[in-house]
Amino acid sequence: MATEALGWWGVPLAIIAGTLRGSVPFLFVSLGECLTEKSGKINLGLEGTLRLGAMSAYGVSYLCAQVLGVGLAPWLGVLMAGIAGMGLGLIHGWLSQQRRVNDVAVGIAMIIFGSGIANFLGKPFIQPQAPQLATLDVANWSSLPQVQAAFKISPLFLLGVALVPVLDWFFKSTRWGLYVRAVGDSPQAAKAMGISIVKVRLASIVMGSFLAGLGGAALSLYYPGLWTERISSGQGLMAVALVIFARWQPWQCLWASLLFGGAQALGPAFQSVGIDSYYYLFNATPYILTLVIMIFTCSPQRTLAGAPGALGKED
Amino acid sequence: MVHQSWQRSLESVLIPCLAVLAALVLFGGFCALAGANPLEVYAAIYKAAFGSWNAWQNTLIRASPLMLTGLCTALPARLGLVIIGNEGALVFGALLAVLVGLACGSGLPGGLVIGLMALASLLAGGLWIMVVGALRHYRGVNETISSLLMNYLAIALMNHLVEGPLRDPNFVTKPSSYEIAQTAWLGALPGSRIHFGLIYGALACLIAYFLIQRTTFGFATRSTGENIRAARMAGLPVGQLTLAICFLGGSCAGLAGMVEIAAVQRRLNESIVSNYGYAGVLVAFVSRHNPLAMVLVSVLLGGILASGGILQRSLNLPDATVLVFQGIVFLCVLYSDSLYGRLFSGFFKKIDYKSVAIHRAR
Repeated sequence: MATEALGWWGVPLAIIAGTLRGSVPFLFVSLGECLTEKSGKINLGLEGTLRLGAMSAYGVSYLCAQVLGVGLAPWLGVLMAGIAGMGLGLIHGWLSQQRRVNDVAVGIAMIIFGSGIANFLGKPFIQPQAPQLATLDVANWSSLPQVQAAFKISPLFLLGVALVPVLDWFFKSTRWGLYVRAVGDSPQAAKAMGISIVKVRLASIVMGSFLAGLGGAALSLYYPGLWTERISSGQGLMAVALVIFARWQPWQCLWASLLFGGAQALGPAFQSVGIDSYYYLFNATPYILTLVIMIFTCSPQRTLAGAPGALGKED
Repeated sequence: MVHQSWQRSLESVLIPCLAVLAALVLFGGFCALAGANPLEVYAAIYKAAFGSWNAWQNTLIRASPLMLTGLCTALPARLGLVIIGNEGALVFGALLAVLVGLACGSGLPGGLVIGLMALASLLAGGLWIMVVGALRHYRGVNETISSLLMNYLAIALMNHLVEGPLRDPNFVTKPSSYEIAQTAWLGALPGSRIHFGLIYGALACLIAYFLIQRTTFGFATRSTGENIRAARMAGLPVGQLTLAICFLGGSCAGLAGMVEIAAVQRRLNESIVSNYGYAGVLVAFVSRHNPLAMVLVSVLLGGILASGGILQRSLNLPDATVLVFQGIVFLCVLYSDSLYGRLFSGFFKKIDYKSVAIHRAR
């Protein structure tokens, strides 16, 4: 293990490294879920989107490596992950807006369907090694290889961080952002303004799924950097809780993603210094954290501050 | 009015059948795209699920935990809660069942140990989901999310215990607990391999049906599910109902865990997390939260699950094919929900307009 030589200093280093790596899928999925929920619909199926995105990215990167070279192939994979996500988003967006159809139930169905397709098509890609996204090694000044290894930042991380102000600006200052918020907060008013609720929600869900697909690409082409049928351990589902924690604000989504990524790194970090008797319990930290946060922030009397008005309500 | 009720009952039979038919067609298309002959796939699934007595036994063995985990979603759904913590309740129930089973050892009579294990799992699963209900009622925490998070907690707790305090050092295949005594194994029905879990499952569904449809408690639950504000106004104890229905649902999933341990696995390890929980959510939604319909749907889904191996061996399709099929069925059934009340009226109206137009043109 890389942290052995550093002793106890390895723990914070491993946590920082784990945060930088583990927060990327959280960031994309939570931004996608944020966009979706702003329009008044929940997409629980982003877990399936994440898995299909991971598989698509890995498969395309592997298959195109010969033709495009190891530099470009992963990026085509990232794009394919987003497109695959949009495909699932289209199904979810159309189905969840039918009369009497519960969007939570559709989400669960989409998890099964998305994982099924991903596992089905991904069978041949479990063994081979696909070219990974090149990382930005910002710590090459350091003489310690552990530090160098810890600060291999993915371009997807930077892309995700860059998306945060863009999405924030989109919601606050653009016409389309206003449409999304209007549809999510008060569909009747939006209808009176002549906005098509169905179209705006469909677009929000599809774009949200696109982002979640990119999150999947981060899983398979950056960290952990492989494709297995258990690549995602519920990040897509936790995104829903994360967005509640972030109060539907893109900037808060960023901080929450970093926090969750860090929490996820606790188990491996302590294991690296020999504390592994509580490995599984440390790994459960993000779930406990989410639950505790929800217990403290929710209230039966009122809806949460910042929650879109039409969220979770029948049309 | 007579006319309408006739339409309604025909709809409730026709629509699910059409949904499953549509799912079969879509799945066939998918198989064709994947390079397999859809008819061969259907035949293989049918043969592996219902083709022989042996296949029937495989199907029914898988159907019994589904009936129990399905109730974990179906019962709270009647009160308007969407709970998907089935997997967690199952794992927690299995954990407590193993603890009780190991504590009893082989000294006590087998029947008593089985009874105690079942009781422990009922309590464990029930309390596990009751926490979700309490969080919902007292703190307004979304029950879908919290129950889902608790799945991961239960699995983490189980993994922690079987890797640490409960671990049997002599069992090397994977970290597992000690084996429960042979006297506490759940037997099979006479003349078959099907274990008694099937009776548990069918009985639970039957009891749940009577509870929901024929008792005051069930009526209060359904009323709250229809309109929670009206139920509050009418003075129904919504909080107590929430806790009670969550306990009942969770205890069924917990019992499924005990059945899996006592009849199939015999010791606790990661294999207990075998997606019976999420498949149970599917069962509940497909049967529209009707416990009697759940028996039928569980058998169908049990058959689909049982056919996974055959598809892989004889048609060279990945085992995930079954997952794709489940997903398609689920999506089709959900869409079909939007057709109720429209199937006939929409159809007839269109024809009427047309005939009127033709009539006028003449």
